[in-house]
Amino acid sequence: MTRTNTLLIKTPEGVVFSQTLAGPIARFMAWLIDLALMLALLIGVSFAMVFLSIITPDFAAALRTILFFVITIGYAMTLEWIWRGQTIGKRAMGLRVVDAYGLKLQFSQVAIRNLLRIVDLLPGLYVVGGLATLFTRKAQRLGDLAANTVVIRIPKISQPNLAQFGADKYNSLRAYPHLCARLRQRVSPAEASAVLQAIVRRDEFDATARVLLFAELADHFKSKVEFPAEAVAEIADEQYVRNVADVLYRTETKRAAGILPASETRQDAKGTLVT
Amino acid sequence: MIIDLEKFSTVERPAWEELEKLLNRFENEPAFRPTVEQARQFHYLYERTSADLAKLVTFSAEPELRRYLENLVARAYSEIHETRGAQKRFSPLNWFLRTLPQTFRRHVKAFYLSLAVTIAGCAFGALALAFDPEAKAVIMPFAHLAGDPSDRVAKEEAVKEDRLSGAKTTFSGELMTHNTRVSILTLALGMTWGIGTIISLFYNGVILGAVALDYVRAGEIKFLLGWLMPHGVIEIPAILIAGQAGLILANALIGWGKRERLGQRFRAIAPDLVTLIFGVGVMLIWAGFIEAFLSQYHEPVIPYAAKIGFGCIELMLLILFLARSGKRAEAAADRELVQATAT
Repeated sequence: MTRTNTLLIKTPEGVVFSQTLAGPIARFMAWLIDLALMLALLIGVSFAMVFLSIITPDFAAALRTILFFVITIGYAMTLEWIWRGQTIGKRAMGLRVVDAYGLKLQFSQVAIRNLLRIVDLLPGLYVVGGLATLFTRKAQRLGDLAANTVVIRIPKISQPNLAQFGADKYNSLRAYPHLCARLRQRVSPAEASAVLQAIVRRDEFDATARVLLFAELADHFKSKVEFPAEAVAEIADEQYVRNVADVLYRTETKRAAGILPASETRQDAKGTLVT
Repeated sequence: MIIDLEKFSTVERPAWEELEKLLNRFENEPAFRPTVEQARQFHYLYERTSADLAKLVTFSAEPELRRYLENLVARAYSEIHETRGAQKRFSPLNWFLRTLPQTFRRHVKAFYLSLAVTIAGCAFGALALAFDPEAKAVIMPFAHLAGDPSDRVAKEEAVKEDRLSGAKTTFSGELMTHNTRVSILTLALGMTWGIGTIISLFYNGVILGAVALDYVRAGEIKFLLGWLMPHGVIEIPAILIAGQAGLILANALIGWGKRERLGQRFRAIAPDLVTLIFGVGVMLIWAGFIEAFLSQYHEPVIPYAAKIGFGCIELMLLILFLARSGKRAEAAADRELVQATAT
């Protein structure tokens, strides 16, 4: 059985999308947070029942027993149903329960994965469930297996900051459009991605690593297409790589400059962009 | 070829944002029902975003934007491609009177197996006690069952004051929650290929069989029936139904003679398991009340005949409910299906 930390789903339209599966440690941490919250709730209930027992001790004791049961069984079930696969602990850890086939999470799935927790907890501290997540292909505990659910990491989504290329700066490589076109032709998407990531994360590297990384990247792209000496003279490796990224990701057309021909991009009656 | 990411993002972003807005409505407003126009637009936006994702994966490898689009496509996919019945407004009465008994009947073979295992346990418990009376302490490790049944009956019938006075509701709550926990465990142990469920049912049967034989041998049949029947005729079938659910789960896990994959087998039984276990919960709430408020009172407070009669009425109603309730609706649905298939 091949284990992976990615759940791949292929839609009937032929598009493949991936979800990153959560590991046992992150899930355990989320459970600890939920456990702490449940304990706080149980303590709250106990205090409330102390007051109620002054009026009706029998009813207060019965209500406490029932509320303890409802909280321990129903806490995760209720929250995961209301918040579409999340409890407070999962929210804090950036996790979510989703259908293993990418479909809409049903109440029966939420109920089963939580009812079967009783087996996953055996003999204590999630030993059965923890082992199951280590040995199943989609990192599922027994409750997840029966409910057809997986726990995924919610990606932190942000739009890429393309301004980091320095669009307003002079790019000496652009003086040679035929060489720029050749560069775009020869560079693969993976290589382009490496360039983009290096620029986006450049401030995260320490100084030596940053110099070495950009030197290596610059050498690599210089070997792809050779620009005249005057285009690359007195340009630092990092600036050269930024120029390469600018060439790769930003074609200089009228549309890129914001002048969009009306025939190519317009808005329909509902305000939706149609191209 | 690398796509012009900035231009691509600028041109397509309004469509992504519109899709995101619609998705937020779907997710945050369960009552939201889109108009035909909105549904069409939603589908268009999903296909367009899917195409954008495909383009991005092929011609660029920008991970942030890719994750953003994957997230949008995943959310839209789950809304569009869900083929299981749309979740209608939940009606507790309809669920109790139709869905629960229909589900029980659909898996009645698992119930019979659950019953057979419990009967086997009863036989074992009775035989064990018959052949080895010393085994009583091991088979019935409960203080109130340890002594001679006749002594207990004499003591119970001589009681003048209400022992449970001021504690009946607490006792009732404890019974409900304890029995429901045992039932959930019996269901969940289905994941041990049914072995755990069978052991749990068998063990319950052993205790029941031993207790029954102990009281029968002591000639306290009337007391036994009067004590157990009012709550037992609901509580024992409830545990049997929990066992039925566990065995259904085990059957899906093992998958004998089934061509579907494991995930599909689990998917097919999931709603039935939830229906059965919630039904068990309802039955145990009733049994808990009866056990605390009625079963613990014996002659002369309540005549045994009345208690046994009450238990018989409950049992008949339960059998009627499980065998007949929702049958007409089931037949009508079958007829509709036949007609639909014929046309």
